[in-house]
Order: sequence, then C-alpha cells, then structure tokens
Amino acid sequence: MIPFQYTRANDVADAIKQIATDPSAKFIAGGTNLIDLIKYDVEAPSRLIDISHLPLRSVEPTSAGGVLIGAMVPNTDLAYHPLIEGRYPLLARAILSGASQQLRNMASTGGNLLQRTRCFYYYDTATPCNKREPGSGCSAIDGVNRINAILGTSEACIATHPSDMCVALAALEATVHVTGPAGARTIAFADFHRLPGNTPQRDTNLEPDEIITAIELPPKGFSENYSYLKIRDRLSYAFALVSVAAALELDGDTIKEARLALGGVAHKPWRSTAAEAALLGQRTDATAFAKAADWLLHGAKGYGHNDFKIGLARRAIIRTLGQAARGKPQSISDKKIR
Amino acid sequence: MTHSGTVSRAGRIASVPEKISITLRVNDKAVKLQVAPWTTLLDALRDHLDLTGTKKGCDHGQCGACTVLVDGRRINSCLTLAVMKEGAEIITIEGLARDGVLHPLQQAFIDQDAFQCGYCTSGQICSGVGLIAEGKARTPNEIRELMSGNICRCGAYPNIVAAILQAMERS
Ligand SMILES: Cc1cc2nc3c(=O)[nH]c(=O)nc-3n(C[C@H](O)[C@H](O)[C@H](O)COP(=O)(O)OP(=O)(O)OC[C@H]3O[C@@H](n4cnc5c(N)ncnc54)[C@H](O)[C@@H]3O)c2cc1C
Ligand code: SF4
Ligand code: FES
Ligand code: FES
Repeated sequence: MIPFQYTRANDVADAIKQIATDPSAKFIAGGTNLIDLIKYDVEAPSRLIDISHLPLRSVEPTSAGGVLIGAMVPNTDLAYHPLIEGRYPLLARAILSGASQQLRNMASTGGNLLQRTRCFYYYDTATPCNKREPGSGCSAIDGVNRINAILGTSEACIATHPSDMCVALAALEATVHVTGPAGARTIAFADFHRLPGNTPQRDTNLEPDEIITAIELPPKGFSENYSYLKIRDRLSYAFALVSVAAALELDGDTIKEARLALGGVAHKPWRSTAAEAALLGQRTDATAFAKAADWLLHGAKGYGHNDFKIGLARRAIIRTLGQAARGKPQSISDKKIR
Repeated sequence: MTHSGTVSRAGRIASVPEKISITLRVNDKAVKLQVAPWTTLLDALRDHLDLTGTKKGCDHGQCGACTVLVDGRRINSCLTLAVMKEGAEIITIEGLARDGVLHPLQQAFIDQDAFQCGYCTSGQICSGVGLIAEGKARTPNEIRELMSGNICRCGAYPNIVAAILQAMERS
C-alpha cells in the first residue's frame, strides 16, 4: 500500500477539525471498502483519520417512536439488535444478505452508505473512468457492463450503488444525521445518494468535511408484510445483480401503503412514487404487482450485457411483493425463492 | 511491494510517515511492535510476529483465508490496519489449542476430513469458532450461509459443515 499518515479522532468535533485541516485526508471506520480501494490505488489519501473508536455505537429508541442508530454500529450488531430484528426485519434481512459475516462484523453503519461502486473499470486504474478520474470517459458504457445500471444513468456513468442495507433504508425512509463545520443537519435518505449526471465522482450529498453520526428510522417498520429478495451470481457473498425491498401495509388483502426499492440497478436505491401509488387500494394480486413493476422500471435501459436486468427486475419485483403480501419473507439461508 | 501509484503520487505527503508503536494482545500474550500506518493486521501477524498460520489468499476481503478473532469476533485481517487494533485481543489459529490439546473445532476438522490442501483451513477454523460463539447458526443451511465468507478452492465444504456440526454438538 502507498504510505499515508494515521491519526485518531477523539470525538466528533475533533474528527471534523482534523478533516478540515487536511482536504486529502479520509475518515476510516470499518476499513472494508477504503483499505481495499487504497490497495488497488484507486484512493490515495494523505492521511487516515480513524473514527472507529468514536462513541457512536448505540441503537436507541427515539421519542418520536423510531430508532436512532450510531454511525459506528457494526452491520452485524445492527442486524441482530432486538429493536431491528423485531420492528424493522426488512433492514435486518437486507444487511444479512450483504457481504460475509466477517465483513459485516467490521463494516460500520455510516461506512456502508459511503461504499463506492463495484464497477469493474472504477477498480481498474489502467482504464478510463469518469467516477475515478473525471473527464477521462466511461469504459463501461461500451464495455463489460453486466453489473451496471439500467435506471437513472447518464452518458458520463452507468455505475450502481452496491449496498444492500441502503435499499432497505430507502424503503423505510430513514434520515441521515451528519455534522460538519457549520453544525449538524439531517438528510432524507432519498436525497442522500445522487444520480451520476455529469458529476459521477460525487456519490452523495455529504460534504467532504462532514461526518455521518447516525441514521434515524421512523416509527413505521412494516414488520408484518415485508421481504428482501437478492438475486446474484452465486447464492451468498456476492453483490446484487438485482435486489428488491418490499414493504406493505394491508387491510385484509387490500394495500393501504406500499414501499418498494430496488438495488443493483441504479446509482442509488431506486424508488418511484408512481409505482407505490399504483399499489394503493389494490388487491394483493399478480396484476397489481406487475403494474407496479412496470412503473418502477419505467424508462429502464440496457447497455448490452446488462439487458437481462430489466426482465429479471420485473420478475423479482412481482415475486418480492407476493412474499411480502403473504407475510413470508425470503429466507436468508434457504435459497429457494418461494 | 512497489506500486506504480506510489511513484506517480510521490510528493502527496511531505515525508514518509514514521512507524507507530502499538501493543496488541495476541494469543494471550501482550506484544509490542513498531508498524507503518499502512501495515494491515494480516501483515503484522505474518511478517512482524511470524504467525504465518493466518493465510493471505486474496488480500481484498474476498476469500476469508485471513480470518482471525478480534475481541472475540471473526474479521478479515487483510482489510484492517494494525494501528487501528491497538489494545485489542487477537486470537489466531496458533492460539486456539490449550495446553497441547487441540480446540474441539480443530479436532473436528481432522475427524471429518475437512481439508485437502489446507490453505483455507486456518481461516475456516477461526471463522467456525466465531460462528459457534455467535450462536446464530443451527442447521446445515444456516452454517453454510454464515460460513460463506470462507472460500475453499478444494471444495471441502460438506466436510467443513460436518466438522462445525460436530464441534457445536460437543460444545
Ligand atoms: C468482498 C466484499 C463483498 C462485499 N459484499 C457486499 C454485499 O454483498 N452487499 C453490501 O451491501 N456490501 C458488500 N460489501 C461492502 C461492505 O458492506 C462495505 O465495504 C462496508 O459497508 C463499508 O463500511 P466500512 O465501515 O468498512 O467503511 P470504510 O471502508 O471504513 O469507509 C468507506 C468510506 O466511507 C467513509 N466513511 C466511513 N464512515 C464515515 C462516517 N461516519 N462519516 C463520514 N465518512 C465516513 C470513509 O472515509 C470511506 O470513504 C462487500 C465488501 C467486500 C470487501
Ligand atoms: S460506469 Fe461509472 S464507474 Fe463505471 S467506468 Fe463508467 S464512469 Fe467509471
Ligand atoms: S486474504 Fe483476507 S479475505 Fe482473502
Ligand atoms: S482445503 Fe484447499 S482451499 Fe480449502
């Protein structure tokens, strides 16, 4: 690895102060993405500011009836936390669908949001990539783009955001708490990640001198009717080609509220108000699910190798909504899709 | 290892950072060492402490060969820095046996013929010890899922699951 300095942050204020004095420094939390990228020479920070010891490790109920999750809570601890297992099982399942237990033990809640794309060319410094080197071009558009996006793409970049956890957080409408030199602010989950546009080097609306301190979940957890279905090239320990988070509130078999988010298809977890609205007042049947799928995939475009994702996503949406409606979420260990 | 990027990005930092003095508890012994900030825990164990039982497979979090237990939890030692683990309690494959008696999972790997070339084995065993401590896996399917972070190129998977089941039953 290239040489860099290492310092520890004592508290959030110290972390912000340290990053402000050194714009080429980076925070390190679990390290599972950043160290990997440094080894590939994609990232070259002058200094790593270790925030992994900050006291942001609690998962607590809020007075508003939701839950506040500290940014340093490891992914495993979050997935197995009784409040999350019990009230937000969609989030628990999405987390446990990602990476491996070793990685989940290391990965932090905040770091998971900020993981970079797995686009092959982003990792390959011998090839042009607008995200890595703005203005150099996009190798994926006419290249091997099997894992790339079908929605919300731009001519500059067709990368996907690879997180599973974020797909559930988008469906649950979480809020991101951040602190910077100007103080603390919150960002709605839908506004946190960005579409590539012509600035694909920016994944999120977090400023470089800000730190994520917590994620807040609203009271509604959809713990009765939900499912997270992840489709990938092997049955575990692989990134999603397509994943679906579905959450329903039912009155008998009539849909009162619906949340639907896709992973593996865009630069951010993909939602559509039209798709969710199309489900309201409908019976939980395949016709309604297919209609919602068509809305959610409206405007989807393949780039050759990833054309298959459009049909795959459509079928996955219908299956996941069915699982949610039946109250039979996809199992993590039994891989059969029922 | 030289990196083309190291050359092209020289001058990024004013001077090569100094080594940092850290203390780790490795296999029940406190050890002091001087490491560069970019030394991974894996390299510290293998190159500084001569604990070569922990293997480097991919060096990118993709195989599990480097799995060790840090404060009782299994992690990939290739994706963490030694300096970040100051004061932590680290158990490697060399630290599992007690008074010359193999750990029940080590014994189970022998009983169940759970390795062939052996390259993945120390990672598999440390991971399995972590899995048993977590208490989340009961069935073979659950073991397979929660052991998916350990790749075995020889394909000893059925025997690895059998070994973990044996150790779980006896612990
Ligand atoms: C082999 C492999 C397979 C994987 N498979 C999956 C998968 O299937 N699904 C999935 O979702 N993920 C997967 N992952 C990715 C993994 O989930 C992420 O690497 C992890 O969540 C990142 O968290 P971290 O704490 O380790 O981040 P770090 O690597 O420490 O940091 C990542 C980035 O976030 C910044 N950062 C971290 N915390 C903060 C904060 N609080 N405030 C501001 N900036 C911060 C850092 O500066 C850095 O730029 C996989 C990873 C590997 C290596
Ligand atoms: S899709 Fe984005 S990340 Fe991939 S090569 Fe193109 S610009 Fe780079
Ligand atoms: S060497 Fe660490 S996971 Fe492969
Ligand atoms: S025994 Fe050879 S890789 Fe597992």
